[in-house]
Amino acid sequence: MKTLTFDVVILGSGLAGLRAAIEAASSRGDLRIALVSKVQVMRSHSVCAEGGTGAALRPEEGDSFELHAWDTVKGSDFLADQDAVFRFVRMMPEEILRLDHWGIPWSRRSDGKINQRPFGGHSFPRAVFAADKTGFFEMQTLYDTLQKYENVQIFNEWFVFKLLIHEGVFQGVVAWELATGELYTIHAKAGIIATGGAGRLYAFTTFSHIVTGDGIAMAYREGLPLKDMEFMQFHPTGIIPSGILITEGARGEGGYLLNNKGERFMERYAPERKELAPRDLVSRAEMTEILEGRGFEGPNGLDYVHLDLRHLGRDRINERLGLVREVAIKFAGVDPIEEPIPVRPVQHYTMGGIHVDIDGKVPTVEGLWAAGEAACVSVHGANRLGSNSTAECLVWGRITGEQAARYAARAKHTPLNTENVKAAEAYLQSMLDKNGNESPYAIKHDLQRTMDRFVGVFRVGDELEEAVRQIRELQKRFENIRVVDKTSIYNQDLQTAIETSFLLDLGLVVAEGARRRTESRGAHARRDFPKRDDENWLKHTLARRTPDGPEFEYIPVNITYWKPVERKY
Amino acid sequence: MSARKKDPNTYIFKVFRYQPGKDEKPRFQTYEVPLLHPGMTVLEGLIYIKENLDPTLAVRYSCRMAVCGSCALYVNGKGILACHTALREFPSGKLTVEPMPNYPVVKDLMTRMDEFFDHHRQVKPYLLRPQDRAEIENPTREFLQLPEQLEEFLQFSYCIKCGLCVSACPTVATDPDFLGPQALMTVARYNRDSRDGGTVYRLKVVDAPHGLWNCHFAGACTEVCPKGVDPALAIQYTKRESVLHALHLNKLPRFRKKLAPVAPPPKPNRRPGIPPAPERTVPEAPAS
Repeated sequence: MKTLTFDVVILGSGLAGLRAAIEAASSRGDLRIALVSKVQVMRSHSVCAEGGTGAALRPEEGDSFELHAWDTVKGSDFLADQDAVFRFVRMMPEEILRLDHWGIPWSRRSDGKINQRPFGGHSFPRAVFAADKTGFFEMQTLYDTLQKYENVQIFNEWFVFKLLIHEGVFQGVVAWELATGELYTIHAKAGIIATGGAGRLYAFTTFSHIVTGDGIAMAYREGLPLKDMEFMQFHPTGIIPSGILITEGARGEGGYLLNNKGERFMERYAPERKELAPRDLVSRAEMTEILEGRGFEGPNGLDYVHLDLRHLGRDRINERLGLVREVAIKFAGVDPIEEPIPVRPVQHYTMGGIHVDIDGKVPTVEGLWAAGEAACVSVHGANRLGSNSTAECLVWGRITGEQAARYAARAKHTPLNTENVKAAEAYLQSMLDKNGNESPYAIKHDLQRTMDRFVGVFRVGDELEEAVRQIRELQKRFENIRVVDKTSIYNQDLQTAIETSFLLDLGLVVAEGARRRTESRGAHARRDFPKRDDENWLKHTLARRTPDGPEFEYIPVNITYWKPVERKY
Repeated sequence: MSARKKDPNTYIFKVFRYQPGKDEKPRFQTYEVPLLHPGMTVLEGLIYIKENLDPTLAVRYSCRMAVCGSCALYVNGKGILACHTALREFPSGKLTVEPMPNYPVVKDLMTRMDEFFDHHRQVKPYLLRPQDRAEIENPTREFLQLPEQLEEFLQFSYCIKCGLCVSACPTVATDPDFLGPQALMTVARYNRDSRDGGTVYRLKVVDAPHGLWNCHFAGACTEVCPKGVDPALAIQYTKRESVLHALHLNKLPRFRKKLAPVAPPPKPNRRPGIPPAPERTVPEAPAS
């Protein structure tokens, strides 16, 4: 195996990874930085983010850091760490201006200032946007800006499958160059995991095919704790039947949700905010309408409600929601100017992730950080507000990039532990040699079916037990898979097998964490425990790997500003 | 084997295969793919093949919503995004699937795009404004950009770097070092941005051999673009700009570019109906 040496290695090339790379590269020109992505850099899932990025940009118009923080904390059902939330909201406006100065095509007001739109759970229209392709334009701006820096080397289509951690010190990663099949050790002083969430645990998801929780699973396999993984966000408007996202911006611009009687049912669930209540609440309302027979019958059990934009008119739809219209026409055969769009709750975000502190640092490992959806700081608690995820990627991309660079500038490379490297090599070979009779694809689909069915918007104890049982069964079946492709160049069959094993690890953590949390909070809604229980459950979940499955402990939430109160919208 | 379409719910995929080290030369392999739902896409067909018929087939894909740019390939001789093309667009039921031309094939439908990304990098695809370094490093307020100024470059920023324009370009076909429509289009994207002051630096890069003037305006790039970007138009804009610069006409008031200014300090202008944040209910921790 060949070895490459860098100061900082960044895993993942979405918003958090790119922002971290720019920060690290610009803060220390003499550092050598590796940006490693399993896809070509511009293919990361962040390009799919649509609606906006939240920032308290206009104090003169009545917005404030406190108000953004309050909306975020209340939206989180009080599980967010409030010190982290305050740091987040204070850093955001500058990130918006930076992107402006780097060339992003922010949508503008008629006076040339940056425009903002309303978003669910926010008390001020603070979602800065670039049409309805905000994440795409943010990615393009960061990618293009990154081209300025000579000290960043981009590794397109290198699949990292093992973190090298020895005696509590990060040493680098083992990466597989997909185009050649060669294995490399990337020996580094500092690492940032920015590989995104675990969306493809579910079949009905807004996520790209590539989002398989690799970084979270690698950290878990190294014994690092995962935080709050049972909190999965279901976005209220996934289009039938593909699950492709219809942005919350569609409701921000004034779209209605209607049941089969033509009623704006949100008036009953959130009299004040209606369609712009937070996502957990709207998704539960939709599922209740569907379960009580007021939905429309859809394909493969995907019953749905209507998202009606017709009253917005052709011009506004074309100007502000062009992608929504394109997606609806192409993938559902519905033109939103003429007809309502069929939608239902769809897996959309992993609130949990690698347990990190307020600096994005993994507390137990020297030289290791995580940022973006792969990490759990926690800013989003039990339910993330729309427009806060792209924002979080920018803020903690910047923080971790700066911190990792500062650390790498004074740290030395520690001698590589060769046992770890050999173990990685042996692992890949053992996967390649698998010649059983199970299909990893079938196992992945079965896992997704289990998660869709039992670990969705509403959960109940015996179903979660059944999910845990089924996932353990799938893990056993996985031992007996067959990897058909035995070649080395672009072996996607082998890659899928490894990704599936990552998902199986994470599925068990999500289901088991959800089974244990006997309350309802944010996106975790238990039919058998319908109330929030602050006395017993106002705490973060930490899951650690053991040979028999995850082991759980709980740590306090940082409540520094507001005591929890009842959540009404 | 001459596969024929058996029924309206089966599609015949004739797929370009090449495994380096195994295949001496490329070959085609034929698969029968069932229509799983009415809107099924070419990409879903290829994934069906990988998961059910032949896991050795290699193809790039990710977002399945036409925004990540991974799955550009050719079907029946036409450049498409596989995720954005429905099977029902092929009433014959037969699809010949090939990798993009004008790129080296690495395996099956996977092409090498290193040069493509490198050309993009060469044209300085970022905002250049050396005169305002302090503001750019430590932003205070936004640059003012009117909606009509945004429109000047917006369509060129829709590029998803899928590479189809380069695959269709007749100049690239004969000169692989030609910067190509994607990179040249990017020049106009930034030069036309009212916040940018880097026109002269980019012109230096493209007003060179294998650059701007090798485009002979075939327009194939514009025709194939799945996002409605018009690289051919962008290149014409840049040619015009290059001439203006060569003749020093860019200094004339009507051609001179005025840089977007930093927004003035805001005046209080409270929106109605914005609630205040609730009072703090946890006392401040004593400073330690």
